[in-house]
Amino acid sequence: MSGSPILSVRDVQVSFPVGGLTTRSAILGVAGVSFDVHRGETFALVGESGSGKTTLARAINGLQHVSDGSITFDGERIDVLGKSGMKQIRRRMSMMFQDPVGSLSPRMTVGDLVTEPFRIHGTEGRNLRDEANRLLTLVGLPADFASRYPHQLSGGQARRVGVARAIALNPSLIIADEPTAGLDVSVQGEVLNLLNELRERLGLAMVIITHNLHVVHHVADRMAVMYLGRFVETGETEAVFAAPRHPYTAALLSANPEPDPDRAHDRITLPAEVPSLLSRPLGCEFHTRCPWAQSICTTAQPPSGNVACHFPLEPGARPPSKKVPS
Amino acid sequence: MSTLSISGLNVYFSTEDGPLHALKDVGFDVPERRIVGIVGESGCGKSTLINAILGLLADNGDIRSGEIVFEGMRDLTKLSARGMQDLRGLRISTVFQDPMGALNPVLSVGRQMTNIQYRSGQSHSEKVARAIEMLKLVRIPDAENALARYPHQFSGGMKQRIAIAMALMMEPALLIADEPTTALDATLEVTTIELLKDLQEKIGCSVLFISHHLGVIAELCDDVVVMYAGEVVERGTVRDVFQRPSHPYTRRLLECDPARQTQRTRVLPTIPGEIPDLRARPAGCVFAARCLDRHDGCDQHQPERSVSGGHAVRCNLVGSRQTQGEQA
Repeated sequence: MSGSPILSVRDVQVSFPVGGLTTRSAILGVAGVSFDVHRGETFALVGESGSGKTTLARAINGLQHVSDGSITFDGERIDVLGKSGMKQIRRRMSMMFQDPVGSLSPRMTVGDLVTEPFRIHGTEGRNLRDEANRLLTLVGLPADFASRYPHQLSGGQARRVGVARAIALNPSLIIADEPTAGLDVSVQGEVLNLLNELRERLGLAMVIITHNLHVVHHVADRMAVMYLGRFVETGETEAVFAAPRHPYTAALLSANPEPDPDRAHDRITLPAEVPSLLSRPLGCEFHTRCPWAQSICTTAQPPSGNVACHFPLEPGARPPSKKVPS
Repeated sequence: MSTLSISGLNVYFSTEDGPLHALKDVGFDVPERRIVGIVGESGCGKSTLINAILGLLADNGDIRSGEIVFEGMRDLTKLSARGMQDLRGLRISTVFQDPMGALNPVLSVGRQMTNIQYRSGQSHSEKVARAIEMLKLVRIPDAENALARYPHQFSGGMKQRIAIAMALMMEPALLIADEPTTALDATLEVTTIELLKDLQEKIGCSVLFISHHLGVIAELCDDVVVMYAGEVVERGTVRDVFQRPSHPYTRRLLECDPARQTQRTRVLPTIPGEIPDLRARPAGCVFAARCLDRHDGCDQHQPERSVSGGHAVRCNLVGSRQTQGEQA
């Protein structure tokens, strides 16, 4: 990738206050995360629910207060901007929310929905009807859909309307939160193909949030795996899939159920209990579930870098048969 | 004997625009001690089917014909509301997609787990002991103290395991699990599947497992029923259906699963087109409009054809197809 990144996230933390009047404390939903996204690139955030993916996306989009760190978009520091400043930024950075139907107002027609961004950000010299036609064509919906209401759309069609809204103002970056959740496999491909095609045609950068690893494999150039609000592994998608280096990534990839009843499952099983954000484990935060954990892992934080692990895995590594947790 | 045997089931909903034929000639068995998966996309009739079995169809729904025979003797379609109530929870129980929706947020887990044993006739301490035993079975750590805790104090995976414990508490003959792992992540999904399999063997019940996740079905189930637009288009053992898919829809569905694409690809396969309007069902094959192998014979009524013992398909290409399929 050449040139400066379109999005640059540095040591970002998002904290939430918890507790009552006497026992106030805070938990870190995002606990210090850094990454860059370049123009024309797709970056995937992967992790279990509760790992902080959506919180991070909302922080980038200015929907969530950033308690520490910085976010730079197109050369401009945006985490310090106020409401009106952020509104300007959202012309060039759009967000697709999780629920395809729920994120569309049931009382607006498709035509109104796809042109709403123009009404919010100014319509100077635009014919909204033409814009609606242009956008619907772009996402592969017939122009007469403009008069329909969201409840008359299938999940896949609603997603396409969501995509049309996201690209309306020609953004340079789209953040898509679970763009395929709740969609059938036959429709899931359609939406991902559409996003990929638009990314190429319009030179967009994309951040895709998902817990579907198969999707990540096919659409993302680079990926990051989140655990308890931190990145445990970052890298080129193909390299990560070929040889995961963090034990958590390895376990995630090996857990992926595949539609073949005779496939031998060489799984790395983890104890199911995810630690609470209220009492983060000391040392490496993954050590309570890690089959490879050594005594140093329970006391010292792992080195920062692409793989947050004291003992990154060799390709094809298997868990030790006897667990020796100091 | 089959735990559940469904045959010729036709369900209609009356709507403003006329009757909607939601399930058409649905038939399959859930044999004793087997896990049967139902796979299909939105609108294929999975939920209608479960509701028909449980006697929970909406007021505008109507079972026009067909039988749902439970444990070889009772036809559930003819059972009174009261008779059905006696079966639900005791002989037939359910686990749903959202565990939070299944648990009462303002009652402790222990309270809920003892309350639902109201029909057992046991003393309170016996009910508590049973609740603890079930929590241990689903591997909830510190089960004794877990009883005093409230649903929000457990993680999503644990809540789903508690819901499973509650569903299996009365050792039902049939467990209906409706997308129980959809809200979970890959690692938790796998542990939940393994747990379900384990418990099914221990209790010796049958399971009807609904999912649109092909990988989960392949891993957990013995048999699979593929539904499309309210019809069973293919059924058989998991191995038969996944390795020798004989209905064009099944084949396309499997191709679409990104998990099947081991090579990284930028363009993912899809099935263009839409499910037909169930108010005006096509006379012939229900998948014909989207099928790449469509020909004149597809306009005829499609009876179920046998591919091999227990593997049946509603497609007139079956037979002439088989040799081709084996080459591929």
